[in-house]
Amino acid sequence: MDEAPATGTNAISTNGSALIEVRNLVKYFPITQGIVFQKQIGAVKAVDDISFDVKRGETLGIVGETGCGKSTTARLLVRLLDPTSGTILFEGQDIAAAKKEDLKALHREAQMVFQDPYSSLNPRKTVGSIIADPFVIHGLLKESGARRKRVQELMDRVGLNPEHYNRFPHEFSGGQRQRIGVARAIALEPKLLVADEPVSALDVSIQAQVLNLLRGLQREMGLTLIFIAHDLSVVRHMCDRVAVMYLGKVVEIASSEDLYSFPRHPYTGALLSAVPVPSPTGGRRERQLLTGDVPSPANPPKACRFHTRCFKAQSICSEDDPPLEYKGTRTMAACHFPLTEAEVKLRLPAALTAGRNGSGNARGAAGVIADQPPSSSSSSST
Amino acid sequence: MGRYIIRRVLWCFAMLLIVSAAVFFIFYVLPSADPAVLRAGRNAGPQQIAAIRHSLGLDKPIWQQYLIYVRQVFLHFDFGYSYQYNVPVRQLIFSRLPATIWLTVGAVIIWLAIGLSVGILSAVKRRSILDRTSMTTSLAFISAPVFWLGLVALYLFANDIGQFPILPGQGSYASASTVFQKAASMSLPWCVLAAATSAVYARYMRASMIDTLSEDYIRTARAKGVPERTVIRRHAVRSAITPIVTLLGLDIGILLAGNAILTETVFNIPGVGRLLYNAINVSDLTTIQGITLFGAFFIVFFNLIVDIAYAYLDPRVRYS
Amino acid sequence: MSTPLLQVEDLRVRFSTDDGIVHAVDGISYTVDTGQTLGIVGESGSGKTVSSLTTLGLTRAKNTTIEGRILFEGRDLVTLSDDELRKIRGNEIAMIFQDPLSSLHPFYKVGAQLSEAVLTHRSVGKSAARARSVELLELVGIPDPQKRVDQFPHEFSGGMRQRVMIAMALANEPKLLIADEPTTALDVTVQAQILGLLEDLQRRLGMAIIVITHDLGVVAEITDHIAVMYAGRIVERAPTEAIFGSPQHPYTWGLLRSIPRLDTPRDEELVPISGRPPSLIQRPSGCHFHPRCPYVREAHKRIDPRLEPVTGDPGHFAACLLETDVRSRIWRALQAGEDPASLRHLVVEDQQPMRAHATHRLASQEEL
Repeated sequence: MDEAPATGTNAISTNGSALIEVRNLVKYFPITQGIVFQKQIGAVKAVDDISFDVKRGETLGIVGETGCGKSTTARLLVRLLDPTSGTILFEGQDIAAAKKEDLKALHREAQMVFQDPYSSLNPRKTVGSIIADPFVIHGLLKESGARRKRVQELMDRVGLNPEHYNRFPHEFSGGQRQRIGVARAIALEPKLLVADEPVSALDVSIQAQVLNLLRGLQREMGLTLIFIAHDLSVVRHMCDRVAVMYLGKVVEIASSEDLYSFPRHPYTGALLSAVPVPSPTGGRRERQLLTGDVPSPANPPKACRFHTRCFKAQSICSEDDPPLEYKGTRTMAACHFPLTEAEVKLRLPAALTAGRNGSGNARGAAGVIADQPPSSSSSSST
Repeated sequence: MGRYIIRRVLWCFAMLLIVSAAVFFIFYVLPSADPAVLRAGRNAGPQQIAAIRHSLGLDKPIWQQYLIYVRQVFLHFDFGYSYQYNVPVRQLIFSRLPATIWLTVGAVIIWLAIGLSVGILSAVKRRSILDRTSMTTSLAFISAPVFWLGLVALYLFANDIGQFPILPGQGSYASASTVFQKAASMSLPWCVLAAATSAVYARYMRASMIDTLSEDYIRTARAKGVPERTVIRRHAVRSAITPIVTLLGLDIGILLAGNAILTETVFNIPGVGRLLYNAINVSDLTTIQGITLFGAFFIVFFNLIVDIAYAYLDPRVRYS
Repeated sequence: MSTPLLQVEDLRVRFSTDDGIVHAVDGISYTVDTGQTLGIVGESGSGKTVSSLTTLGLTRAKNTTIEGRILFEGRDLVTLSDDELRKIRGNEIAMIFQDPLSSLHPFYKVGAQLSEAVLTHRSVGKSAARARSVELLELVGIPDPQKRVDQFPHEFSGGMRQRVMIAMALANEPKLLIADEPTTALDVTVQAQILGLLEDLQRRLGMAIIVITHDLGVVAEITDHIAVMYAGRIVERAPTEAIFGSPQHPYTWGLLRSIPRLDTPRDEELVPISGRPPSLIQRPSGCHFHPRCPYVREAHKRIDPRLEPVTGDPGHFAACLLETDVRSRIWRALQAGEDPASLRHLVVEDQQPMRAHATHRLASQEEL
């Protein structure tokens, strides 16, 4: 758990155990217009100044809805996209400005698993060839038969039949194709694996298989896993810490235990309140329904991005962009008026908040979390 | 939408400049022989050649020649002077254009009517006998060279020499005076030209319809209870026809540019294609070059028409 | 007991394809009452979508065989002519689909598409239809409907488009609305809005709803009854509370145990269902679920279970050869966090003689 002071510039650092340190990362996609010469008239602010750390060996989840920038962030971390500005320190080295030759070395350490198992594998290559690609690209295992042997080991490790080495992707189901993608990603034993919605396109009964696989691999290989998803239940299950994004900003970052039992940012509260729970009685609660749509990332609201849809918004919210800072000792949120315990209880399923008081279902959160009211005076207004 | 059109028009101009440069390069710079000699034709004397050389400005540096050429073409619409026919090329082309337009317009109407309806029916009744026969027949018509089709048509149906003399034959356009006679004389050429092209359109339309019919919004229309005929007409055809529009624009442009050369030759129609054929025969380089340039203009222009039509047909394009 | 609005009896749908006969729907029966919501839960290949499309007659084709009865207000939809069925589609029974962007025609304005829904079934003037379109957009909560009625689908966001789809379905005040994965393609906050909208509309208009989905959270929220489908059959059918409170089929257990949820401890292991959904051409012998079932006995590989009432729980039906008390014990153990493999002993030691089950399933099994 983080034991950092409530304020201060080191609020987000993790005391040197970080594999990745992101500072002020920005990615704008220019919008151009013009008859002959394209002039930039605006930009889609996909990622707008975010900073966070990823600890070695942890699973960090990034959640958010359409247009929040989580997929863009994932691609920036493995440098499939070039940042507009900011730094990304990977094991102390800044990869944000890295050139092509250095990136090749980076990709031995950082790999990505994609969302759509049906379009992310080359249909004209055999499975064996797809998984062997990393070795080919980096010139490894040149001895005859070594590649094949290693590929078959990898196939076995992810739960595929090694004898299907020469089959093509279309001969596999969605879940199996996703396993192929995972095998390719771990082929070079990277330190970091970024999974962008790895199970969203799969059937429910197969999702659990792939999620368990990822967890197992992480434990075995000591991987650091960044897990991007929109399904909050999956993220809670898989991740140690979770970052919530809205319109290109990180609005809250906390451990799973804390985020799901006492979210501080109203947007997180709305997200959690919206998740349907597979239990006809346990799920009933007052919904915090957000009205309208997410604003366009090309034209985000001023100051706090969420103030246009927030039930707690006041005039300061449209003037002063709240920084991401500690509310309590462990949760960081970017909000002038974080949620109070009473508001949280109304919005979340009882089972999540029950553990906090020590009452209710004893199988709730491990232990009671002492609630620290935020130090800022404005938090108590509703 | 306005910005889109302006951008397309400017792009057109840029294309035309590039095309004219390419034509200039091919016809002035590439030929190994003396351009003046080439232009003078086969039976020119040395004095004539010298005169041509001077009037063409061949004694000037290349870039100057190009500028003169560009100025001539774009500002004066002067495509040069044919020393074979002793008239400006422009006059030559414009005198032949009406026949080609007659041929093109009639053929377009026929091939659209046949091709599209066959394509739609084949797609709707997939794998039926109608579908299989029409696709096989269309394959036959695509494979058959158009001049062969023309000759066979003449052999079978021409007034004078045909087995079943029902339609005016070769050379009848030239002797026709009234509109009706002109149209009648075109009937065989229309059918021949349309036969080959409608086969292509039938196949394209069928493929486009099959794609469209598998779209989700067709399922929605059916779920609304819309009668199947209306689903086909209002929902499916409307979407499926957009790629056909692109094709049509290009085809019209190409035909007007002289691509009906085979049909015009077989039927002795005094059109642009026939002019091109004759010019090639006598190596009248100026005329060939003039027609090439002229044809390029037509194609670029029709490309523009198609782009604008596309924006009108597909609302999503207007906002990009 | 009043007659149900929709009564499906032993529906079977088969497609002849080049690879063989696909048994997409293999003898399902369920009912829906006015004002009630039925949830049909299943994964890809379960037949849930095909059964609903068949209700509307949208699967009729040369290579399709449809057997059984679908009684809507007493009329058998299977025997109706295409034309008669068309009059009901979009009128008394309406359907909305999963992906609202591709489900709306990109070239026509939203108002035109809404008006078409009205004009297809009512002889009113164009301006009346347009007025109704504006009214419908307002009904589903789209702001500024007068302006938006003249816009194209791509000018709407995902959630708004789904509202438009709902508006189109409600144009003629249907008695039954079938929603096929209505929120799967939407963000979770938008999903909450749409589900709230559906509930609200149901209250106001008194229509019945069938929700087809793979999301157990969604059915827990808005349904009164649930039918769980697997390999073209209903394997369990019960009121919603019973499905979640005391499920009686190993597939249902598998689904419930394999999904992460917000209301259970974080570090509980997800227990996936091993294997893959079966081919609908070559289905497993006996119980179609047996290759993936941790509690299988030898007999299950030969005998095909029917959907039978669960003793002691009226309205609850399950298609499983295990006895009710064995199943209840297994479920209680699973809830306590035990691993399926460790529960085999509960299955094996019960050596009661099997009841005589017909291997050939008969039609019209249950009543309400």
